[in-house]
Amino acid sequence: MKTRMLILEDGTVFKGFAFGSEAASQGEVVFTTGMTGYQEEITDPSFYGQIVTLTYPLIGNYGINRDDFEGITPQIRGLVVRELAKHPSNFRCDETLDNYLASKNVPGIEGIDTRKLTRIIRKAGTVRAILTAANEEVNVEEIVAQLKATPLITDHVKQVSPTAAYPSPGRGMRVVVINYGMKHGLLRELNKRDCDVLVVPYNTPAKEILAWHPDGILLSNGPGNPADIPEAVEIVKELIGKVPMFGICLGHQILSMASGAKSFKLAFGHRGSNHPVKSLATGRTELTSQNHSYAIDEASLKNTDLEITHIALNDGTVQGVRHTKYPIFAVQFHPEGSPGPEDSNHLFDDFIEMMENEAEKGKQNA
Amino acid sequence: MPKRTDIETILVIGSGPIVIGQAAEFDYAGTQACLSLKEEGYRVILINSNPATIMTDTEIADKVYIEPITLEFVSRIIRKERPDALLPTLGGQTGLNMAIELEESGILKELGVEILGTKLDAIHKAEDRDLFRNLMYELGAPVPESDIIHNLDEAKAFVERIGYPVIVRPAFTLGGTGGGICYNDQDLEEIVTSGLKYSPVTQCLLEKSIAGYKEIEYEVMRDAADNAIVVCNMENVDPVGIHTGDSIVVAPVQTLSDRENQMLRNISLDIIRALKIEGGCNVQLALDPYSFQYYVIEVNPRVSRSSALASKATGYPIAKLAAKIAVGLTLDEIKNPVTESTYACFEPALDYVVAKIPRWPFDKFESAKRNLGTQMKATGEVMALGRTFEEAMLKAVRSLEMGLDHLELKNGAEHDDAWIEKRIRKAGDERLFFLGEALRRGVTIEQIHEWSAIDLFFLEKFDKIVKMEKTLADNKQDKDTLYVAKRLGFADRKIAELWETTEAEVYAFRKEHGIIPVYKMVDTCAGEFESNTPYFYGTYEEENESVKTDKESVIVLGSGPIRIGQGVEFDYATVHSVWAIKEAGYEAIIINSNPETVSTDFSISDKLYFEPLTIEDVMHIIDLEQPKGVVVQFGGQTAINLADKLEANGVKILGTTLEDIDRAENRDKFERALHEIGIPQPLGKTAISKEEAVVIGKEIGFPVLVRPSYVLGGRAMEIVYNVEELEHYMEHAVEASPDHPVLIDRYLTGNEIEVDAICDGENVLIPGIMEHIERAGVHSGDSISVYPPQKLTPKQIETLTDYTTRLARGLKIVGLMNIQYVISDGEVYVIEVNPRSSRTVPFLSKITNIPMANIATKAILGESIVEQGYPTGLAPEQQGVFVKVPVFSFAKLRRVDITLGPEMKSTGEVMGKDATLEKALYKGLVAAGMEIQTHGSVLFTVSDKDKEEAIALAKRFSTVGYRILATEGTAKTFEQAGIRTDIVEKIGAKGTTLLDVIQNGEAQLVVNTLTKGKQPARDGFRIRRESVENGVPCLTSLDTAEAMLRVIESMTFTAEQMPKAEVK
Repeated sequence: MKTRMLILEDGTVFKGFAFGSEAASQGEVVFTTGMTGYQEEITDPSFYGQIVTLTYPLIGNYGINRDDFEGITPQIRGLVVRELAKHPSNFRCDETLDNYLASKNVPGIEGIDTRKLTRIIRKAGTVRAILTAANEEVNVEEIVAQLKATPLITDHVKQVSPTAAYPSPGRGMRVVVINYGMKHGLLRELNKRDCDVLVVPYNTPAKEILAWHPDGILLSNGPGNPADIPEAVEIVKELIGKVPMFGICLGHQILSMASGAKSFKLAFGHRGSNHPVKSLATGRTELTSQNHSYAIDEASLKNTDLEITHIALNDGTVQGVRHTKYPIFAVQFHPEGSPGPEDSNHLFDDFIEMMENEAEKGKQNA
Repeated sequence: MPKRTDIETILVIGSGPIVIGQAAEFDYAGTQACLSLKEEGYRVILINSNPATIMTDTEIADKVYIEPITLEFVSRIIRKERPDALLPTLGGQTGLNMAIELEESGILKELGVEILGTKLDAIHKAEDRDLFRNLMYELGAPVPESDIIHNLDEAKAFVERIGYPVIVRPAFTLGGTGGGICYNDQDLEEIVTSGLKYSPVTQCLLEKSIAGYKEIEYEVMRDAADNAIVVCNMENVDPVGIHTGDSIVVAPVQTLSDRENQMLRNISLDIIRALKIEGGCNVQLALDPYSFQYYVIEVNPRVSRSSALASKATGYPIAKLAAKIAVGLTLDEIKNPVTESTYACFEPALDYVVAKIPRWPFDKFESAKRNLGTQMKATGEVMALGRTFEEAMLKAVRSLEMGLDHLELKNGAEHDDAWIEKRIRKAGDERLFFLGEALRRGVTIEQIHEWSAIDLFFLEKFDKIVKMEKTLADNKQDKDTLYVAKRLGFADRKIAELWETTEAEVYAFRKEHGIIPVYKMVDTCAGEFESNTPYFYGTYEEENESVKTDKESVIVLGSGPIRIGQGVEFDYATVHSVWAIKEAGYEAIIINSNPETVSTDFSISDKLYFEPLTIEDVMHIIDLEQPKGVVVQFGGQTAINLADKLEANGVKILGTTLEDIDRAENRDKFERALHEIGIPQPLGKTAISKEEAVVIGKEIGFPVLVRPSYVLGGRAMEIVYNVEELEHYMEHAVEASPDHPVLIDRYLTGNEIEVDAICDGENVLIPGIMEHIERAGVHSGDSISVYPPQKLTPKQIETLTDYTTRLARGLKIVGLMNIQYVISDGEVYVIEVNPRSSRTVPFLSKITNIPMANIATKAILGESIVEQGYPTGLAPEQQGVFVKVPVFSFAKLRRVDITLGPEMKSTGEVMGKDATLEKALYKGLVAAGMEIQTHGSVLFTVSDKDKEEAIALAKRFSTVGYRILATEGTAKTFEQAGIRTDIVEKIGAKGTTLLDVIQNGEAQLVVNTLTKGKQPARDGFRIRRESVENGVPCLTSLDTAEAMLRVIESMTFTAEQMPKAEVK
C-alpha cells in the first residue's frame, strides 16, 4: 500500500495510506457526519474544491452503484476516511469506491485519525490542506507556507454550473432550475412530480428565463460563498415578484441577498444528515440534510420583505425564509435528502401547489 | 410544550425479576426514568419486586414498594397512594402487561389514573398481531404473509397455503417464549402447542419465514408534538431467524446504502407516528439482500433491551428522555444531556463501530439445546466500541469472559470439517468461533455465506482477522505489524501466543514502541460539537481525549455481562461503591463492558470507560489515570479474578489485600486460617487427581460435595454419594491439576445460613443473618432466603455473630465479606467465605437500611465503620419477615434439568415482605410467578430416600383439600400412612401416565426429588421438563414444597371433623 500525507495549514501532518487517484491535491478540508451516503456526498457539486473528511470510520462498505450519483462527476478535491472497504457488499454495488475515485482523478487517504482531524477543523473553522505522497522529500514547512499563501478559491459556481441550458421534459408545471451546482436529487424530485424542467446556467439573464414562461423557478444548491457571485444575485432580483420561486441551500442565500439580506461564514459549516430544523409555522422539528459554510444573517433580514420560517435548532441560524408579498420561499437545508432524511420532502409538494395556485390565479385574471 | 402541571404523583412500574429476555436494562431504564421525573418535580411512586436493583433504592423514587407486580398488589398500592398518573412503558413487557391488566380491571378509570406516554390502544395496536397487521396495511408497510391462529388446525391450514418454513410467534410473551421456526409437521405440532400455552391470550402468529434477510433495527422516539427521530440504527450480523436478543449486533448499519437506510428510516417514523407513541419504540425490519424489498417484523412500543443498547452505543439516554416526553415535554425543548449545548431533537452521529455479543448460559447448562432461533436464550450481553469493526468485535469477544480472547474455540482444531459446517449452518452460541475456525482452514467466505447467509461484508472482516494471525506469526517482534494487529483489536494474549512469548512481554514491547491505546469520547455528534461527557472507549489512534484530572482517583471494576451466578446484584454494589467514592471526595472511575447496566450510565461515575475487563485493557486505563488504587470486591468474580495480575503489575488493590483474598479462596490456606481462628468446617481436602480424590472421599465418608476451586455460582459443583460417582465426576466434570485442585468436602445436611458483613480491618458490622428454606446442598443463590432467621436459637445467633466477627478480623477483611454456614446437629460449621460483595448485599441493604456497599467502600478508603457512625456487631433485628425467592428461566432453555443442587440455575430474584413468614412467602412466590391455589392436585414422585419425609407433606396437602397423585411406589407408601392417593402410571405405561396428567393440566403442583444420575433420558427429568413446558410449578426440594404448603395452609381455613367421643 502506498503511503500518503494530509498536511494542514497549522502544520499538523497525518500519515496514512493512499487510495483513489495518485494526483496531489489542495483545498479546504471539511468534515461531514452522515453515516451513510458517501456516494451522494462525493458527487455533490456543493463540495466543489473541498477535501472531504467523513467522520464515520468505515467507508465504501456498499461500494459505488449506478443510481446514487448527485452529479456527473465528483467535484471534491480529496477524500479522507479512517478505513476504506476493499470488499464492498451490496446488491447494487458496481465497483469499489477506490476504483471509482481513481477513475475520476480524485485522491484519497485512509487510516488516519479522522476524529482528531475533525476536532481540529471544529476549533479552527477554515482549514486549508494538501494531500500528497508521503516521501522523504516532503518539506512540511514549505508546504504550510504555500498553503497559507494560497487564497481560498472564489469561482466555485462558475466551475460547476453548466455552460448551456438543457431540458428534462415532463407534462406538468414548467420549472426553470437555475443551476449553481445542482444535485441530481433536485431534478429527481421535480421529475417525480412530472415537472417540465429546464436547467439553465447560473448567469442566464432574467429576461431569457422569463421568456420560457415558467410556472416557477427553482434556485438550486451550489458550492461556495454567495457573495462571490453578485451577478447571480442581480438576476434573481429581477425575477422576484414575477414568478413563484423556491430556493435551496445556495439558492436560499442568493434569494435572501437579492431581497437585501447579508450572508456570513459560519464558524464551521453544517454538514451531515442529522441537523434539526424547526418550522416556526408548525412548531415541528424535522431532521435535515445540510451542507453549507455560509448562512444568512438573521438581523439583516429585518428590513427585507422576507420573514423567517425555519431555524436551526442547535445554533439558531436561519434555515428558511418566505416572501411576505410574493409566492417565494427558500430553505437552507436539503429537502431532497440524498443523502439524508426525507422529512422535509413535502416542500417540493408545497412548491408545486404554489405554482398551481398561481397558474390558477393567472387563468382567472386572464 | 411545557411539562404537565395538572399531575403531581406518578406511579412507575418496574420489570420485576431478571429473567431471560428481561434483564438489567430495565433497571437502567427505570432508574433513569424515575430520576428524570423527580428532576422535573414530580412525586414518584415505584413498584418493583426485584430488590437487586438500583431503582428500588429509596433515593431513586419518593416512595418505593418492593411488592409483587400483580393486579392484586399493584391495585392495592394505587388505592393507597392515589397517583395521578401511571407510566408503564419503562418496565419492559412486565410493566406493559401490568398496565393492560390494570386498565382492564377498571381501577384506573375508577380512580382517575391517567396512563402517561404511549397510550394503551397504541400498545394494543403494536402488540396484537391482527391490529398490527391492519395498521401496516394502512401504512402500506409490507409484512410477511401471516395468520393469527388459535389452535393447531388453523396452523396446519396456514402451512398448506404458504408452505414451510414458517415462524411461530406467540402473542404477548417475553423474549419470544414458546416461539420458533418450523420446518416440518412435527416442528409445527410441537412449537405451536407450546406457543399457544405460553401466550396469555392463546394466540400465535404464524408467519412466512424470511430467514436470510438482513435484520435491521431502528430505535425511534416521538413526542406529543409529533417530533420523531431515529436515535440509532443497528444491523444484526446474524440474518433474520435468530431473536435479536440472541444476535450479534453492530451499530450503526454497515451494509446499507443511504437509500436503503432512508427507506427503512421513513417507514420506522411512519409507524411511530401512526401508533402515536409518546416515548421510545423499537422497529425491527427485514431487508432482502438482493432488492429493496423489506418487511416490518415487529414493533416494541416501549423502552427495550435494544433501547438500552442504543443508549449506550450512542450516548443518547432514551429512557430519561422518554420519561420527560411522557410528562409533556417535547424533544426540541429538552437539552441533549451529552453535549449540553444542543437539543435532544437530533439524530446521533457515530464515529466508531459498536458490537454487541450476547452472553449465553450454556457454559452452565451443558445439556441445553444450544441452537438459536426466535426464542431468546441469552442472559446478558457485552458491548464494545472501536474504530474498526474488527476491533469492536474482538473487544466484545474478550469482554464475554468465556476464556476466549479471539475468534477461536479452545480446542477448535479438534473438530472435523463436517462438524464445523454443521455448527455454522445451524446458528448456535458458538457460531462466531466456528466461523473463525472455518476461515482458518481455508473455507472461503462465499462458502460460509452460503452456509450461514451472513453478509459477505462481515465475513470479509472476520477473514481479515484470521489472515492477520498468519501475518503476525510471520512477523514476530515487528512493531509495524503489531500496530496493525492492535488496530484490528487483537488481544496481547493472542499476539503472545502467535509470537511464542508472554502477554507481559508483548505489553512491555508495545509500551516501549509507544503502541498504546488512546481514549475517544462518546459524544453523540462525531466531534461536531464540543462535549464534556465523561464516557470513553479505547482505540489505537493518535489523539487521546481522556485527560487525567488533578483530583485523586479510584477505579472500580464492574462485573461484566449478566450471567447465571453473577447478576444485577453486583452492578448494584458497583454503583453504590462509585457513589461512595465520590462522596469521599475522590474521582470515581468505572470500567465495565455491560451495556444493560446502571453502572455504564455515564452520569453515574466521574468517568466511564466502556472497555473489556481483561488485564490488558484495564492496565491501559490504569497507566493513564494513575489512580490511588483499584476496588475489585464489588464486581463479582470478574473483578476478583483480575486482582492478582493487577498487583503483579504494581497496582494497589484497595480493601482486603490480595493475600487475604487468596487466604479465603485457596482451600488449603483457608483451612489453615480457620484452624488458627478456631472455627470448625466440614471435613474436607483438596485433590489434584482422580486417585487422590477417591482416597479422600473414603477417608471423610460419603456423601461428599465436590467442586473445583475458584468458581462462581457453584459451577461444576456436585454432591456425590459413592466412589463410582466420584470417579465419574473426576473424569468428566473437571480437569484436576496442581493449578486447579478439586475440593472435596463432607456433605452435611442441615440448616444453611448466610451472613454478609462489613469490616474495616478491626470493626465488624453484621447487618443481618439470613436463613435458607432449602437445606444445605442447594446453591445459596437458588434457595429461598429468610430474614430474620426463624429457626435459630439465641445461642446459635450468638455463635454466628462471634464466628463472623472472628473470621472478618482473622482474614483481615477490609470491605465486604459473605459467609455460608451450615448448622448440622446443632453445630455451626463454615462452608465458604467470599471476600467480596455478594448476591445478598442489595437484599440485606434494603431490609436493614444499612447501605452496605457504601460503608464498605468508605472503610476501604480508610474511614472506619465507627467513624462513619455505625455500630459494630450484629445490627438490631428489623420488624417483619423478608424473603428472597429465586426466579428461573427454565421455560426458555430446553433440555435443562431444573433440579436444584449445588450449581446455581436461577437468573433473578424477588423479595417478599410482610408481617409473618407465610405472608412474606406468599408474596415472594407470587412475585416469582408461581400461582398458588388453595385447592387442586399435587403430583408426588419422590426418590426412596425422601419417601418418609414426603408422607408428612402429603398428609398436610391432603388436609387442606388437595388431591394427591403419585406413582405406584410412592402411592403405596402414602396409602400405608393413611393418605388417600390416586395412582398415575409411570412414563411409558398404558393408561393415564404422569406426563398425561401434567400435559392435561390435571396437576397444579409437582413435587419431584432427584433420583440418581443426571442423564436427560431419565423419567424424572422428563417429568420436570414436562412441568416447565406446561407451566406447572415443579418443586425439587421438599423444603420448598413445605414452604409452599405453609403458605397454602395459612391461606385456607381448616376443615376438620369433630372428634368422636370415645366410649370407654
